[in-house]
Amino acid sequence: MTRSQKLLIASGLALAIWGMAYGLYYALFDEHQTLDRMGAALATSFARAAERKMPEARAALQTYAETKFEYVREVDVHSHWIGLAMLLIVLGVVFDHLAFEERRRVMVALGLIVGSIVFPLGVILQTVNRGLGPQALAVIGSALVILSLGAITLGLARKGAG
Amino acid sequence: MMGNSETLARAGLSSGDGAFAAWSARRLLIIGGIGLIAGGMIFGDIFAVFILHQNAARISEALLAAAHAVGAQDAHGVLDHFAAIGRFLEHRGTKVDTHAHMIAFGYLALLLALVQPYVALDERRKKQMATLFLTGAIVLPVSVFLIYYVGLAYSPLETIGWASIFADLGGLLVIIACLGQLIGLWRYVRRGRSVETRAASLLEWSWSSRALLVGGTLLVLLGFLYGGYYAAVDLYAHEAGDVATLRTIIERAAANDMVEAERAVNAYGLLQADQAVKIAAHAHIIEFGLLAMLLAFVQPYVFLSERWRRRWVVVLLIGSVILPVFVFLEIKWGLVAGGIADVGGLLVIIALLGMLVGVLRYTGRLDAEGGEVR
Repeated sequence: MTRSQKLLIASGLALAIWGMAYGLYYALFDEHQTLDRMGAALATSFARAAERKMPEARAALQTYAETKFEYVREVDVHSHWIGLAMLLIVLGVVFDHLAFEERRRVMVALGLIVGSIVFPLGVILQTVNRGLGPQALAVIGSALVILSLGAITLGLARKGAG
Repeated sequence: MMGNSETLARAGLSSGDGAFAAWSARRLLIIGGIGLIAGGMIFGDIFAVFILHQNAARISEALLAAAHAVGAQDAHGVLDHFAAIGRFLEHRGTKVDTHAHMIAFGYLALLLALVQPYVALDERRKKQMATLFLTGAIVLPVSVFLIYYVGLAYSPLETIGWASIFADLGGLLVIIACLGQLIGLWRYVRRGRSVETRAASLLEWSWSSRALLVGGTLLVLLGFLYGGYYAAVDLYAHEAGDVATLRTIIERAAANDMVEAERAVNAYGLLQADQAVKIAAHAHIIEFGLLAMLLAFVQPYVFLSERWRRRWVVVLLIGSVILPVFVFLEIKWGLVAGGIADVGGLLVIIALLGMLVGVLRYTGRLDAEGGEVR
């Protein structure tokens, strides 16, 4: 097994376990509560509107919007970390078939690993900081994943029928 | 071009080799993995045809009824309608989760089958880990499916029912099995075991494997590019539109302007549908890409002629493109696109079953040669 393969497979397994542990924690301690809060906020918003208490209705709608913003990202992070982890492992097994020298393969592997960690991290950080920092982190992470995947597709296609 | 027998011989996977022996970890994981993926996809197709659209229509009707209750100043009525919406959402959400988790665990099972040569554990322990993994991979989706029906009946907890508890238990079993694999990999790396030849031969560089590998990577890349586009252009617009439309419903209904309120409810339904199909297109193209890549490694175990293996590969790749593209077009083309997308899904299922038959034929041949047929 080459160095790039070891890097990808070990990182992939670690990321999969991390993603699943996060999912288990989220399902046990946060998901149900978040869903209840989201549903209750929307129902409260409509109920207050029925009572013609419009400022309260708007405040409840705002709570719904913020809770949904968090929920979407929390679920996205779980699925993206695990999905990317699987990609790392699969590519790890096949990485010696890339038509690049090992030094370049290690660089591509590192780009994919860093992107796979940083992209979902940027997404989840948006729930605590709505500033540009987490968004920039997510964009950089996804760009790294896309560029690395482009290089890998090229490397596999160039390998041809050899 | 290498034939099946030649590939198997080169891989050292002939009869008697422990790597794919009867009830070995790798065999359990490959058959279990393909079975989980095919089962998850069949479940997804049934869900899409019989539940998804009907459920969306019921949610829309309940939201409209809630808007009317706002107009009639009936706060209790509003809460009743939202309770109904909550039930519809749970109905849909648990089905989506069942579908997604079955397929994801199927992928993970295939992945673990791939890395078995690098897992430095004895075969008995590997088999235990594979069994534990598959048990968790079945318990979790089945329990998630039951959440809607079991609810909080006899539950010792306030918000979590027995089905959720069992689903979490299933997840825990999967995590323990993966940790076991990680320990095995760590031991392999530390020992520097000399299984390079067998590990390297996992991938036969045949036309079928190459097409699946390159096609799969390309699909994943396209999925990521589209996901990036969606996040940049649509995600925040959808979130803003979601709240703005709900605000319009509330304010128009409170002003007894029911025509505008109803229009906003319809717009809300369309917005939700637009969001759902775009996310589904993104998710499915990446999932099919991963599936194609994983199946590239299974090709040495598909005991079919090269012509048939190519056929299944082509069918799988065509279905993998059709489904996400036509899911994306559902908003513009309606049910016609939905029907074509379902056909795409069916093509993938047929190709998967074709490959599964090939794997079963291979196991039968191996067992017969090794005298394991009873």
